[in-house]
Amino acid sequence: MRYSGFKVITQGLFGNRGWKSAWRDPAPKAEYDAVIIGGGGHGLATAYYLARNHGLTNIAVLEKGYLGSGNIGRNTTIVRANYFLPGNSEFYSHSMKLWEGLEADLNYNVMHSQRGLINLFHSDGQRDAFARRGNAMINQGDDAILLDRDGVREVLPYLDFDNTRFPIYGGLLHPRGGTARHDAVAWGYARAADRRGVDLIQNCEVTGIDIDGGRVTGVQTTRGAIRAKKVGLVVAGRSSQVAAMAGLRLPIESHILQAFVTEGLKPVIDHVISFGMGHFYISQSDKGGLVFGGDLDFYASYAARGNLPMVEHVMEAGMTLMPMIGRARVLRSWGGIMDMTPDGSPIIDRTPVDGLFLDAGWNYGGFKAVPASGWCMAHLMATGESHPVARRFRLNRFATGHLLDEEGTGSQHNLH
Amino acid sequence: MRLTCPFCGSRDRREFYYYGATEYLNRPAAGATDADVDDHLHNRDNLAGVVQDLWYHEQGCSAWLRVTRNTVTHEILSVDAVAGGAK
Repeated sequence: MRYSGFKVITQGLFGNRGWKSAWRDPAPKAEYDAVIIGGGGHGLATAYYLARNHGLTNIAVLEKGYLGSGNIGRNTTIVRANYFLPGNSEFYSHSMKLWEGLEADLNYNVMHSQRGLINLFHSDGQRDAFARRGNAMINQGDDAILLDRDGVREVLPYLDFDNTRFPIYGGLLHPRGGTARHDAVAWGYARAADRRGVDLIQNCEVTGIDIDGGRVTGVQTTRGAIRAKKVGLVVAGRSSQVAAMAGLRLPIESHILQAFVTEGLKPVIDHVISFGMGHFYISQSDKGGLVFGGDLDFYASYAARGNLPMVEHVMEAGMTLMPMIGRARVLRSWGGIMDMTPDGSPIIDRTPVDGLFLDAGWNYGGFKAVPASGWCMAHLMATGESHPVARRFRLNRFATGHLLDEEGTGSQHNLH
Repeated sequence: MRLTCPFCGSRDRREFYYYGATEYLNRPAAGATDADVDDHLHNRDNLAGVVQDLWYHEQGCSAWLRVTRNTVTHEILSVDAVAGGAK
């Protein structure tokens, strides 16, 4: 059923009893042409684009819980295309273009709000680095404006401009950057994939990967065995656990990232603000809550909750930057499991097992990548070749030295 | 989260710097292949359960510590000095 304003009115006239389920709940078949392990943002997008771009509809998404119960279900919702390195720059630029056409393509409101994103800088050196980044963004065909101190003051008058530890020298403004409603992205992709015939199988945990002669033949699940010649691993923080079922060890360490939401407030923060030096970033959702976070807890963890030292650090950073939020009450906090790589950049590649593909290593930056990740993973699974904008996301790049180290911090998983 | 440093006693997590898995201690031998070095530096078991990591008592005695802990529950099972200890 197509969604439209007309439908809202006509359905409303009949007591809203005519709405259909957004997607079917089929039992898994014994065999599919391709199976995607992981029903999160990236997995659902991959399934959608396999159907849309490559005509592969005899496929299934296997999700161990309910669709979108992983990191897509709880994140800080930022969408941006302000990466610097070749390899990353073109990928996120492609993703942004997909975001801009997404609601029309999916026939679903994902509340994509291009409200503008500002990265603050606090020294001459940082200003030069951000100018360089802005130029790289413009060369990529995207948008960047370098604001000086007065320029930042004009758009963000509520920041503490008297701060002497991290004086505000200016900011890099990315006007097309912003936010989107994360659940809607999962549901939009799920519904759109289902409408094209993709089977979405929930409460179906993969317990084994069947391999014969170096080639994948299917998976074992809590809902039975499923044969497939192509299997995609799209499980983010649990990548190592699922890859181990295929006898693979990955360059991934799973870490905790905490994030926070306050009670609903009147509109007060109109942009996404990134205070890199303080390890703090913030925006305001359409419901009014301030959505903010900081850095990793820095130790490997699968607990899906963090510890109080980082909570305190994030609150300190927020108060340092914008004391006005001090009275807001934090409603909830959570921790997600982040698949950290040695260079902080992702992997979309074949694996040493034929027919087994990997989409992982998004660190904590996976949300903005959902459309392009799905697009490129679908391209890889369907054609066997990397999509041009994802061709550098190789699994073996840590061995060959072709690192994509945006942060420039070296080969330690928790430094990105 | 607190760690009991064998030299300093029970201390807040903030005194320590987490480096990574104790795999870092198993440096490849002189004639190792590129694959061995890559595996040592980058690939990890990354277990959900009991693991061993390297922590550095940065704001205390500067000892390198081997911490045995559970990555699902955050329970700390033991903290031993790396120096002079078995691998």
